Amino acid sequence: MKKIMILLFVSLFSFSVNSNAKSITLGWAAWDPANALQELTKEFTAETGIEVNFEFVPWPNFADRMLNELNNKGKTFDLLIGDSQWIGAGAVYGHYVKLNDFFDKEGISMSDFSPATVYAYSTWPKGSENYYALPAMGDALAWAYRKDWFDRPELKSEFKKKHGYDLGVPANWNQLYDMCTFFQGREIDGQKRYGAAINTERGSEGITMGVTAAMYAWGMEYENPNKPYDMEGYFNSPQAVEAVEFYRKLYEDCAPPGHSDAYMVANLDAYKSGQVAFQMNWYAFWPGVSKEDSGGRVSGFFANPKQNVAAATLGGQGISVVKYSDKQDLALEYIKWFARPDVQQKWWDLGGYSCHNDVLNSPSFPTSTVYAQGFLDSMGIVKDFWQEPTFVELMLPMQEAIHDYVVNGKGTAKEALDKIIEEWVEVFEADGKL
Amino acid sequence: MSVKKKFKGLSDKAVGWLFIGPTVLLLLAINIYPLVYAIKMSFTNFYANKIGREPQFVGLKNYIKVLNKEAIWEKMQVTASFMFWTLLLQAIIGLGLALLLNRKFKGNELLTTLIVLPMMLSPAVVGVFWTYLYNPQVGLFNYVVNFFYDLGSFDMIGSSTLAPWAIVIVDTWMWTPFTMLICLAGLRSVPNYLYEAAEVDRASKWQQFIYITLPSVLPFLLLALLFRGIENFKMFDMVVELTSGGPGSATELASINLKREAFEKWKTGYSSAFAVILFVTIFGFGNVYVKVMNKIKER
Repeated sequence: MKKIMILLFVSLFSFSVNSNAKSITLGWAAWDPANALQELTKEFTAETGIEVNFEFVPWPNFADRMLNELNNKGKTFDLLIGDSQWIGAGAVYGHYVKLNDFFDKEGISMSDFSPATVYAYSTWPKGSENYYALPAMGDALAWAYRKDWFDRPELKSEFKKKHGYDLGVPANWNQLYDMCTFFQGREIDGQKRYGAAINTERGSEGITMGVTAAMYAWGMEYENPNKPYDMEGYFNSPQAVEAVEFYRKLYEDCAPPGHSDAYMVANLDAYKSGQVAFQMNWYAFWPGVSKEDSGGRVSGFFANPKQNVAAATLGGQGISVVKYSDKQDLALEYIKWFARPDVQQKWWDLGGYSCHNDVLNSPSFPTSTVYAQGFLDSMGIVKDFWQEPTFVELMLPMQEAIHDYVVNGKGTAKEALDKIIEEWVEVFEADGKL
Repeated sequence: MSVKKKFKGLSDKAVGWLFIGPTVLLLLAINIYPLVYAIKMSFTNFYANKIGREPQFVGLKNYIKVLNKEAIWEKMQVTASFMFWTLLLQAIIGLGLALLLNRKFKGNELLTTLIVLPMMLSPAVVGVFWTYLYNPQVGLFNYVVNFFYDLGSFDMIGSSTLAPWAIVIVDTWMWTPFTMLICLAGLRSVPNYLYEAAEVDRASKWQQFIYITLPSVLPFLLLALLFRGIENFKMFDMVVELTSGGPGSATELASINLKREAFEKWKTGYSSAFAVILFVTIFGFGNVYVKVMNKIKER
């Protein structure tokens, strides 16, 4: 009995010690970089004694979970690494703490970070000097390809004979299509292979992120630069229509069977299992792909190919302090630590994509990994989806209309884009923007 | 005063209220209040995510918008088609299985247990594992179909023609056992002397089925279909996991669309109006159906 009492006392004591310990909770998506951040954060805890708890949510539920939490003024998270498109809602609806005073007080300068990432991940209204996040994870949509297949002499000569140029990193989307169709249905080492694993996911943002990679490269603009929210003739321009038609062609002629609702993990699986010659995916996944490829013989990486212009779909996130947190001071301490150049260097070394200029401008950076140069190239040409507070309302009609056209084969590309504009006008009208 | 004495003074009615009181309160809190609140919201332009923006009264605008939206009618058509085919197949196969299992043979009980297994699974889990079964490259479903008739590679989930059938097949696989169990209960309640009398009157097996079995089991079958109809009108989880409503909007049922409008686009006023319309629809159909069912019972 005495022993039981002692055990009970010790348990109660340790519980009270734990509950008194300084701790914060950080929310992010469940993927490879989150594991790297968890590893990195051990140093923060060792330095400050502040425990950091992590809640990582799988990508398909990430936006739902986090935005519901913010809309309900939840206190679960003190820090949130939220998608770039959330910044508008975070600022306008008061979910995120404005960081300007904190940055000034701590001497954190946004000029120390890559301008594209500051613009995309931190500011609202766009381009202003109102900061609601520190750029945490740079990212863009890019491509990986089976370098080992591309290096085979018999395939190289066959391709050159057929298309009149070398099999290699495609210079534009037409070449990408040629290469994808070249591998489509081809038997290599006794297995049937396919062209490319591209984004076709319907539920969250997948197919939009994929098709915009083509639309940006064709030169699509969301709106009239001189008249905000005027989308007619811009978002549904002939170039934009051509890009969407091209994306459908790529899906129909080059995707593996059953690739009709695929995004990050499905693309990765199709590539890793040797089904496809190309995969479209975020830079965040390349450390994992590269790690399994000893000597860099199997995989090569390249930035989104240009067509009419050089452009890439922006991914990535900034780290924000949640307004409803009771531990804002501890959360800010984490941001102060995370902004340090030495921590940013370790972040990159562990597989995170730092946006700090000291890391990116280091002479050794372009050769530090096989995908580092591509990352630098991409971050100079990124474009993002609407970052409006109503971005979910804007995303959903695009998901539906594009999926209906690309995967379902319903209607024309022009009709799909017109339908999206119609829905967007309704959203902007309800939001008082039109 | 003891508790016993206290209760002694209560009337039967008061004791009755005491027992049902907590349930009534719970129903008021979690069913009636949200319903009344949703009806109230349906007349406003409320957005639950727009903090600090006061909802304004907009009259019937949301209802008019819902009823005039072509996309909503497309979703309703998808839902109606899903309900029609699932109920039809579940009625035919469920009744057929019940007739089979009503006979006495070795292994009857084991077979019954095996048949009812699918309905014990979680619909979300069923949705996920059927995505693998439908995989055009390694899926068992495609393999089995090709084993009997070589169709080559086909994508049940990625094709707008096949995807509606994909969800019908899964729902039928999962819920036919439910129809079967209810029908089986009906079949076992038919007294044997009716068949014996029919035999004496030299009625054929077919005549026995038409004039004894079917009328006896029909009220049970209709009850099962009522439950399944209500459930399928609200169908969400299995279809979301299986197709996410795609390709495009080929399998986007009304409930999936409602969730997207309410909890992704946060159009609270608009989606409340949509929810009220769906509620009135299912409530109306349900009432008509129950009246028809009662008439059949009375015959």
